Amino acid sequence: MKMMIYVSAAVHDPVIARVILDTDIEINVDRANIDATSGEIVLEVPADSCARVATAFERHGASVSILEHPIIRDDDECVHCGACINVCPVQVFSFNDDWIIAIDESKCIQCGTCVTACPHAALMVMSE
Amino acid sequence: MTAKTILEINERIRDGSACVLTAEEMTEYIREHGAGKAAQEVDVVTTGTFGAMCSSGVFLNFGHSDPPIRMQRVHLNGVEAYSGIAAVDAYLGATQPSDSDESYGGGHVIEDLIAGREIDVHAESSGTDCYPRKILDTSITIDDLNQAVMLNPRNAYQRYAAATNSTKRTLYTYMGTLLPGFGNVAYSGAGVLSPIFNDPEFRTIGIGTRIFLGGAKGHVIGSGTQHDPDNNFGTLMVSGNLKEMDTRYMRGAIFRGYGISMYVGIGIPIPILNEEIAAATGISDAEIKTNVLDYGVSGRPTMREVTYEDLKSGIVDINGKEVRTSPLSSFHIARTIADELKQWIKDGEFFVSGPAERLQRHGTVKPMREVHGQLLVRDAMSERVHTVSVHAEIKEAAELIIEGKFNHLPVLSEDGALVGIVTSWDISKAVARGDTGTVRSAMTERVVTSIPDEFIEIAVRKMERHKISALPVIDPNRKVIGMVTSGDLNKLLVRR
Repeated sequence: MKMMIYVSAAVHDPVIARVILDTDIEINVDRANIDATSGEIVLEVPADSCARVATAFERHGASVSILEHPIIRDDDECVHCGACINVCPVQVFSFNDDWIIAIDESKCIQCGTCVTACPHAALMVMSE
Repeated sequence: MTAKTILEINERIRDGSACVLTAEEMTEYIREHGAGKAAQEVDVVTTGTFGAMCSSGVFLNFGHSDPPIRMQRVHLNGVEAYSGIAAVDAYLGATQPSDSDESYGGGHVIEDLIAGREIDVHAESSGTDCYPRKILDTSITIDDLNQAVMLNPRNAYQRYAAATNSTKRTLYTYMGTLLPGFGNVAYSGAGVLSPIFNDPEFRTIGIGTRIFLGGAKGHVIGSGTQHDPDNNFGTLMVSGNLKEMDTRYMRGAIFRGYGISMYVGIGIPIPILNEEIAAATGISDAEIKTNVLDYGVSGRPTMREVTYEDLKSGIVDINGKEVRTSPLSSFHIARTIADELKQWIKDGEFFVSGPAERLQRHGTVKPMREVHGQLLVRDAMSERVHTVSVHAEIKEAAELIIEGKFNHLPVLSEDGALVGIVTSWDISKAVARGDTGTVRSAMTERVVTSIPDEFIEIAVRKMERHKISALPVIDPNRKVIGMVTSGDLNKLLVRR
């Protein structure tokens, strides 16, 4: 399951390391954007451990949201061209037998590359 | 050889007995039964394509206002249309960008017109005795226009070269986002469904051929601009009534970093008049070849040849690396178009037409004639370059800069090769800090360079991208043979 962690001023603290030590759960960091004042981190967490990991992050002052629908497609705009397929680093998009684009949203790390690449403005990264 | 006439085929369409296959189905049919049998049994083969076709647009006639205006400039939803024709005629091109919104343009206005949405019209004129009005603002829908005629100078490319990128940075092109280090391959074209590849000799596609255009009936009105049948890059000029079109097959599009375009849906029926025509429609993806070009290098060298079958597999090999491919044109909608056209014909709603005149079967494309010659970095660079050794003290570099009244000092290794660059800013910073080391500690090691034969436009783009104002010009051994500054280039460009 993908999980988005928002950290504020205290980005110097090794929050992820502490959560891993606290929970003893293997967490994979898919993406991290951190600047002077805050940070956004996308994690891959085993589905059955999500609640424990979320609680642990919240205890360290971070806010957490589970990415159930990390990427949304506007089906009225999508023409199933395929511009999203070869730019996605984690292969969220693929063609089905009828050349319709299938989305495996569980893989999405919300990097936003497909959003920029889509010629029809059909894709949107969801923040919550 | 079996021979049928257009008249006989239309007779069968009328009585509902015509045998119609899509080009995909026909390829299978011929593989199984051969072209001879196909020529006997099949009456029409339908093709389809749906992809970005920049060379598209519409002629609009607004009707006269009261008092009348001769539109000298006209904007539709902030997008300028060409109005250098009669008073209230204009041509709106698909790629024309909005003056204010970079994600909106001509293609989107055309889509909004088809969708029946309200469009703001703003027109200006200097005023004449017969057309006194100077400013006009109104709002229209497609129903208010006398005519809205799509006329696309170049559509339905027979095939298109695929694109990749060898450089270290992402390129944003009309072939989409091209990732660095051969990170992906983008391609376009419908392959087996490609209209022209199913009739490459233009035996049935010609001036006057009735086609599916954007969900309406339209016509081929000639060969397209840059028509290049010698190299299997044939193109078509097409026209149709925008008022009858459907936004499912006509869509505004944006390629970030490139601009606006339009996805156009075209389907062409091929009447199977004889065995030769049937045989041509048996073409498969494996037989349609195209090249993968490197968009990162000037001149776009060919990396390799591929077939549409390779491209559609999702992976091609480039220099030993497995690279993911995906199309920019929609094969799903190309197939939908071929199916829909097939249904129209089966339902007796669409009749095939023979060409009034055939298209050119030979010809190729010339590059632009340029009378001034292209300026190269060697024309702009200064050959008197001051350099400094990597072992020199910072003080020495400071003195050189002051004496020479320049801002950039290439740094050389013992064998004279370029290893870094220091600017007057680097030196000031080092001096201010009381840094007394050698030049090495103050220099930038990753130097952006140029070569004498580089086009100056490329050098300008490098400086803009890296936000720098000078490039050392080097030879193949990294010996510095000149220096080119943004000032030199600007002077040269302004003079032209």
